[in-house]
Amino acid sequence: MFEAVLLTVITAATPLLIAAIGELVVERSGVLNLGVEGMMIMGAVMGFAVANLTGSGALGIFAAILAGVAMSALFGFLVLNLVANQVATGLALTILGIGFSGLIGEAFIGVPGLKLPQIVIPGLSDIPFFGPVFFRQDAIVYISFALVAAVAYTLFKTRVGLILRAVGDNHGSAHALGYSVIRIRFMAVLFGGACSGLAGAYLSLAYTPQWVENMTAGRGWIALALVVFSSWLPLRVIVGAYLFGAVNVLNLHAQAMEMDIPSQFLSSLPYLATILVLVLISANRRLTLVNTPACLGKSFVPDR
Amino acid sequence: MKSLLKATAAAAVLVAAGSAASAADVKACFIYVGPVGDFGWSYQHDQGRLDAVEHFGDKLETAFLESVPEGPDAERALERFAREGCNIIFTTSFGYMNQTIKVAKKFPDVKFEHATGYKTADNVATYNSKFHQGRYIIGQIAAKQSKTGVAGYIASFPIPEVVAGINAFLLGAQSVNPDFKLKVVWVNTWFDPGKEADAAKALIDQGVDIITQHTDSTAPLQVAQERGVHGFGQASDMIEFAKDAQYTAIVDDWGPYYIERIQEVLDGNWKSESTWDGIAEGHVVMAPYTNLPDDVVAMAKATEDKIKSGWEPFTGPITKQDGTVAAEDGVTLDDGAILGMNWYVQGVDDKLPQ
Amino acid sequence: MRIELVKRKEQSKAMALLSPVIAIALTALSAAIIFSLTGHNPALGLYKFFIEPLTQQWSLEATIDKATPLILIACGLAICYLSNNWNIGAEGQFIIGALFGSFLPILFPDFENGATLPLMLVSGALGGALWALIPALLKTRFNTNEILTSLMLVYVASLLLDYLVRGPWRDPGGFNFPESRMFSDAATLPEVFGGALSLATPITLVIAIVLAVLLAKTLKGFEIRVMGQSPRAGSFAGFSAKGLTLFSFALAGALAGLAGTMEVSGALNQLLPTISPGYGFTAIIVAFLGRLNPLGIIVAGFVLALSYIGGEAVQTALGVSNKIASVIQGLLLFFVLACDTLILYRVRVISRRAPGGEASHV
Repeated sequence: MFEAVLLTVITAATPLLIAAIGELVVERSGVLNLGVEGMMIMGAVMGFAVANLTGSGALGIFAAILAGVAMSALFGFLVLNLVANQVATGLALTILGIGFSGLIGEAFIGVPGLKLPQIVIPGLSDIPFFGPVFFRQDAIVYISFALVAAVAYTLFKTRVGLILRAVGDNHGSAHALGYSVIRIRFMAVLFGGACSGLAGAYLSLAYTPQWVENMTAGRGWIALALVVFSSWLPLRVIVGAYLFGAVNVLNLHAQAMEMDIPSQFLSSLPYLATILVLVLISANRRLTLVNTPACLGKSFVPDR
Repeated sequence: MKSLLKATAAAAVLVAAGSAASAADVKACFIYVGPVGDFGWSYQHDQGRLDAVEHFGDKLETAFLESVPEGPDAERALERFAREGCNIIFTTSFGYMNQTIKVAKKFPDVKFEHATGYKTADNVATYNSKFHQGRYIIGQIAAKQSKTGVAGYIASFPIPEVVAGINAFLLGAQSVNPDFKLKVVWVNTWFDPGKEADAAKALIDQGVDIITQHTDSTAPLQVAQERGVHGFGQASDMIEFAKDAQYTAIVDDWGPYYIERIQEVLDGNWKSESTWDGIAEGHVVMAPYTNLPDDVVAMAKATEDKIKSGWEPFTGPITKQDGTVAAEDGVTLDDGAILGMNWYVQGVDDKLPQ
Repeated sequence: MRIELVKRKEQSKAMALLSPVIAIALTALSAAIIFSLTGHNPALGLYKFFIEPLTQQWSLEATIDKATPLILIACGLAICYLSNNWNIGAEGQFIIGALFGSFLPILFPDFENGATLPLMLVSGALGGALWALIPALLKTRFNTNEILTSLMLVYVASLLLDYLVRGPWRDPGGFNFPESRMFSDAATLPEVFGGALSLATPITLVIAIVLAVLLAKTLKGFEIRVMGQSPRAGSFAGFSAKGLTLFSFALAGALAGLAGTMEVSGALNQLLPTISPGYGFTAIIVAFLGRLNPLGIIVAGFVLALSYIGGEAVQTALGVSNKIASVIQGLLLFFVLACDTLILYRVRVISRRAPGGEASHV
């Protein structure tokens, strides 16, 4: 029973985890992209469309990532090159993505999709409990963990990560030191787009293998909350994503087991927890300095 | 300013000439709450519209607006239709009820048809289908096929229609196996594939081996297919999504009703009525029975015939969850009791959200 | 090829007027291409989208109706953004405002007199302000990022509304449908100008004008602008950053809450599980389109509302899907945001082959 619940939680958490880890990198570089939902839904539709036309899940995933990258490039061009307001541009990106995905997807409504196969890791998958939970998943679930590990390592153990964080913390000094703030931020934004696209592909190729309009149903926004909940720390994103996923799944189990709690109350817990976490880290000056990208949401134009 | 107006007027004339006024005898307009691509509720209404287009050919012109939020946006959409010369307007969501009544008052010559509501006026009719008749049949199938004796029901909102559906399903099941049990999960949405899939998984994990739903996406059936349990399609035939898992589907077929009502507008004898038809009239259709042994198919078809001949699933003896009698043996609940149903029958493993 | 921005010494007046025109022209061009690609007459499509709604009285009224809540919310947001307070939770403040505004007609339906409506409006504004003060207080007290807290509170607000409408505030005579009881006449916002517009429109216009004057002519307006541009200079002048944060959030929340109350009282006449098709978020875009200036916001709100109405017009007239309408809307926003760059910056396009050499100025 617990194993089965955990499997459901993994599917519910994976798209949140992937989108959030991408947005975490974006925000670490000092950019706030509120268009996660729009990039994610474009990933979902392109992933489904290409997988459906070619019969290849791998090509579908690739197309979804490309779609996310293309959307984020549009965002990056506006907010980084043209110094447009980040909040407004991110919202516009979501509107565009939802419209555009619906347009592309019209031909794929009511078409059964193909589901990504499970990749069974021989030997390990036979371990009781851990086997099925951790070693019989589809490719994207494995990728999600690899992504978190890679991001955690890169951000805190490599020079690239150091520069990225420097750009997010103080773009003025980073620029003075000779780093191209715009280029580094652009890379981060593209990475975020790729992750959102991949998260979308997970929805349309693994979670519920089909295309329907608005199928992201607000998950992009939850990913934004997750980044904050994790206080911009990659490993905590896993905790957050699984917590968010678990709350929703447990909500349903609580009902099936006849427990009488208003579902809205349980659903609002993650958001309240996010605010609490935010207050706790910002009230503590040392934590704030370590974790919060100080330049988040601020535009940068190099003087010359 | 004047010249601007003139230029606009000239453009309007040009455009009007360009588009060549259509020669249709009647214009029917539809407003949908979801995207026509939901493959569920709104999709089926649009299929009904297309049936009418096919039936009437050049005599009929149609227009539709999709994903219209309930509220002021719906009111504006209805006003637009009325002004654009629609003769009959179908408003296909319960939440359009007050707006429909409001706009209908302003345009007494336009006929309005509101789906699933309970308010009528001289130019506002209501229509709905007896989906619970189909649910009785799938309940019987579930009881025949289930090994665990428990089915799972993914429900949207505790409105009478949904509650009646749950009760009809269980009454059908209990007619085959009196001890049959039903677990209900409320997802508080009509349409969220991810959440519906999670609900299906939660129910399966709690030991049900038949899933049924009163939500619109195909996701629960896909989960059933994956987990090797079975289920039923909702609103449209979803067999393509679950070749081995779908036993049948309760299909909403609005086409016959739309054709009938548009014909009445053409003939000039449209009246405001409350239509509530079911399997007998072809408004509720059972999709082909698949993945079932012959005797179960025969039973389902026999029940279908019984309903067509006028029998009603809500016929006593019916006992409420609290043990009181809802209908004595042989007594049939009247339409009002079904349309306002806010109690469970005995055997539902859930407390009705109040 | 590389694009470089050169900051203008002062804002370009010409570009301030020209940039929206360029943006709309680019949108029209893209829309024409989209219509052609999807097999529709581009001229007819453009006419239906951009012009027809302006030619009929009813659709003009509908556009104004749609623009009203957007303008009211955006005006408050503009004050926040001008003073560097990033409130993006207006959607939640709208919802809580509507809840505060509705408790009277829902819980005390027999309280029907001349005071009902004014009390509702005041309590709606109060509710929105209180909800907005949460992120403001967290910011002033704990230095918490207000973008994120105000956004989180949107979800909490909509879940609270959902809970109330499905639970304690459900209409006892409504067959369990998730909706509150209908408001009485005393609790309904009256229509003005012979039923053409809701009272919400004149209220909104008055507030927008008052705010425009406040910003341009008063000390408070000066404080808002100074603190937004240079908090250090402002603090030398004796202005309090914390005080201004509380003020601007409370004001924006009050206006959003007022908009919420007027929406449920005027347009819906009852509470439903969702009462806003994203007004609070769309208003953010309106605030920027209007250049954070209340008078500009009136125009921007109208343009954005027009894009909804026009979108519906092409749907019914050409049978295009509503997706095309929202794509065009998204493009319009992108072009406006992109073109606004021209006001503050000159764009230099530098070709890679001749670095620093040939540069075309725009």
